[in-house]
Amino acid sequence: MTHPDTTRSHAARALSRRQMLAGSAGLSFAFAFGAPSVFGEGIASAQTAGRLNGYVTIATDGAITITSPALEMGQGVSTALPLIIAEELDADWAKVKVQQAPVAAAYNHPILQQQMVVGSLTTRGYWVPCRIAAAQARRVLLDAVAERWKVPVAELTTEPSAVVHAASKRRIGYGEIAAFARVPEKLPEIKPEELKPAKAFRLIGKDVPRPDVVDKSSGKPIYAMDVQVPGMIYATLARAPVRGSGPTSFNRDELKALPGIIDVVALDNGVGIIGQTVEAVFAARGKLKAEWRDAPGAKVDSVANLHEYLAHVRDPAQKGVVGRTTGDANAAIAGTAKVHASEFTSDYVYHAQMEPHVCVASVTPDGVEVWTGTQWQTRAVADAAKAAGVAPEKVKLNQMHMGGSFGRNIFVEYVVDAVNLSKAVGKPVKMIQSRGDDVVHGRFRPMYAQRIEVGLDGAGKVVGWRHRIAADPVVPYLYGQARMDAQKGVDHIVFAGADVPHYDVPAHVADHIYEERGVRTAAWRGIGAGATNFAIEVVIDELAQLAGKNPLEYRVALLKDPRAKRVVERAAEMAEWNRKRDGTALGISFGKLGLPPIGFSLIATVAEVSLDRANGLIRCHNLWCAADVGLPVQPGNVTAQLESSLIFALGSALKERITIKDGVVQQSNFHDYEILRMSETPQIGVDVIRSGDIPLPVGELGMPGVVPAVSNAVFALTGRRLRNAPFTPNRVKAALA
Amino acid sequence: MATIAFTINGRPAKLDAAADTPLLWIVREHLKLAGTKYGCGSGLCGACTVHVDGRAARSCQVTASQVEGKRVTTIEGLSPDASHPLQRAWIAEQVPQCGYCQSGQIMQAADLLASNKTPTRAQIVAHMDGNLCRCGTYPRIVRAIERAAREA
Repeated sequence: MTHPDTTRSHAARALSRRQMLAGSAGLSFAFAFGAPSVFGEGIASAQTAGRLNGYVTIATDGAITITSPALEMGQGVSTALPLIIAEELDADWAKVKVQQAPVAAAYNHPILQQQMVVGSLTTRGYWVPCRIAAAQARRVLLDAVAERWKVPVAELTTEPSAVVHAASKRRIGYGEIAAFARVPEKLPEIKPEELKPAKAFRLIGKDVPRPDVVDKSSGKPIYAMDVQVPGMIYATLARAPVRGSGPTSFNRDELKALPGIIDVVALDNGVGIIGQTVEAVFAARGKLKAEWRDAPGAKVDSVANLHEYLAHVRDPAQKGVVGRTTGDANAAIAGTAKVHASEFTSDYVYHAQMEPHVCVASVTPDGVEVWTGTQWQTRAVADAAKAAGVAPEKVKLNQMHMGGSFGRNIFVEYVVDAVNLSKAVGKPVKMIQSRGDDVVHGRFRPMYAQRIEVGLDGAGKVVGWRHRIAADPVVPYLYGQARMDAQKGVDHIVFAGADVPHYDVPAHVADHIYEERGVRTAAWRGIGAGATNFAIEVVIDELAQLAGKNPLEYRVALLKDPRAKRVVERAAEMAEWNRKRDGTALGISFGKLGLPPIGFSLIATVAEVSLDRANGLIRCHNLWCAADVGLPVQPGNVTAQLESSLIFALGSALKERITIKDGVVQQSNFHDYEILRMSETPQIGVDVIRSGDIPLPVGELGMPGVVPAVSNAVFALTGRRLRNAPFTPNRVKAALA
Repeated sequence: MATIAFTINGRPAKLDAAADTPLLWIVREHLKLAGTKYGCGSGLCGACTVHVDGRAARSCQVTASQVEGKRVTTIEGLSPDASHPLQRAWIAEQVPQCGYCQSGQIMQAADLLASNKTPTRAQIVAHMDGNLCRCGTYPRIVRAIERAAREA
């Protein structure tokens, strides 16, 4: 048996890879994010795997292409992350072009270890790894010039896109360096303390025009809805109305006879209608008559169920899973003279992203190619592979712009559906959900009933706080039962926000009674905090009332965290809290976003509302917020995300509501699931506060504070508490009666 | 099936389609001009807004037979290079987030400014109210329209 000279061929392979990295085409740097201590290994494995996932490419003319590792969905990460890289690289931003990263493990979120955009964690998660990676690239450039000019590297500095040797008054642009520099096999080690100090930032903390804005103002970006593939046909999937159900029979022959229809197939979860044109497919969809398997959710009546959820939180014999605990709240409350208790409900709400679900899939003997927008690329690849019966390496996922997601597209069932339909018909298929189907088969933020009990001592001080939640679970469906078990049954999506660490509350407990009713659920923007903080912040207002104190004064006194006090005082100042209003009133709330190891961004929200008592219509005239986000990478974009999430949340305060009867979602389009319109949008004032050198979560920050601020404002106006979100006219009139 | 002839972004178009085919799909899938978006199919969201003979229309509610002989303008026809005053204002105000509703918003706004060069804020809101945006860019849309009116 011959033994090939593997040493030489290995070296030859390595050399040619290095040549691919450097040379006449410019310089490319591959960064593999793993734990910071294994950068070298990560890069080596990326190289031996034959994959060159470049993050920074420097052309010899000085043009710099930065690859953005996280998917842009309007939240601004395709600007923020490249900007962070450009800062540390010391690149001239005017020379930078941004491109979207492909789907590859090298681009995994450093904390989540998946390619995934969730939880307002993107900027925070990539912050250190991006900077270290860029600093390594800068170091390579410095080392190359030091060697070329025969000077100590310590005598070199950088200015935007240039290396400078002050002692000899020499200067060389990055493009010129790219022509001769070589990227070493082992990239230089950069310690976090060697990163650029925040006070030296040129780019971070100031706004640059977002690169995606021009195309988005011209109809140019390609969404999954827009993809055209040779030989492509169209499909829609009528999913079963109830989770876990599927068709038992349907009028296949009648539909197949319709013009333009190619086939009508039964999938496990629905009926696929396949045809030559969208219009043919949608017309046939309108004529579908199907019978469906029974499933647990087939009897759901959400209005009736909510009464049960409330009964459960009232019943001490109903034990929920404890998800948050500090001290012994049960003992503290049992030992107090006075217990203040309040109850709240929040309806199911729908993501209402403007682009209904769509995926183009092409299954061939060679593998699977998919074009879609998703927040969870790793999952989309894995599920597409499973559906097609191939290894994940055989799946090519083309990431398209998303017409909004807000948590919906973390689920990738539309990818699986498209793959199944392409398999069934043997052609590339563009599967489009109609808006009606997108609503009826939506996955919703759980319905919540909440009861908060606060124990007060003789002096009126809070000694214990008990927060009971009855809600549909999310984690088993989003991440699987194994994850739920690993978390000891704590559904972190449902629990989000259900604690009060910034307040002086010595003992706290929160528990969740699972209300598994067979309803499709998902993470909605802000996850649990939109519901849990509603309850918390109305209770804080009630405690203020009990203490005979102004809600602002009471909050500032009860908050123990200085950053928290600051945002509350600032928001009140913006709203001119003490100015007497005529016909309107103010309500205030505090809120937070984050997790202990990551850090919390903090927000205080003030709402100014008026009320038409005759028809029960609340009008929100103004919303102010003061938001402490640590380090705002792009303050203008932070403002845009706050405006965005405030408006999103206001919809859930005033209008948005999914109801389910006999297992079927009752809403079907924007006429009966109403989101906020321009005419209902208040004037919005935002103050972005910088309090540190690390960017904290932003994308969902406006979500927790709006519903309680509106409820508290209505109380100030009328003396009545609104405890059932959304505050529909009927509910308002009932509260006033 | 019928043969429909009309003008699209200044150029003649002739194609075969069922007479009741929504113009939205003619534009998007037959003519492959994807800037006009499908949001609801029921005239409730405005993402599909185009101009027919110079006036804004929800293309999901216009049929192929209804555009016979007419002039249709889509976002692609507003300018070749994002140079329309509204587009320049959109960029200056950094309006778009996910971007999906924005073509419809811009086309609806263009219709307003074509007939009212100095709209009040109330007029802007009344004219634009049928266009939904889930990303909440409404405040910036208003500012952009006001800017475009000022700078045109």
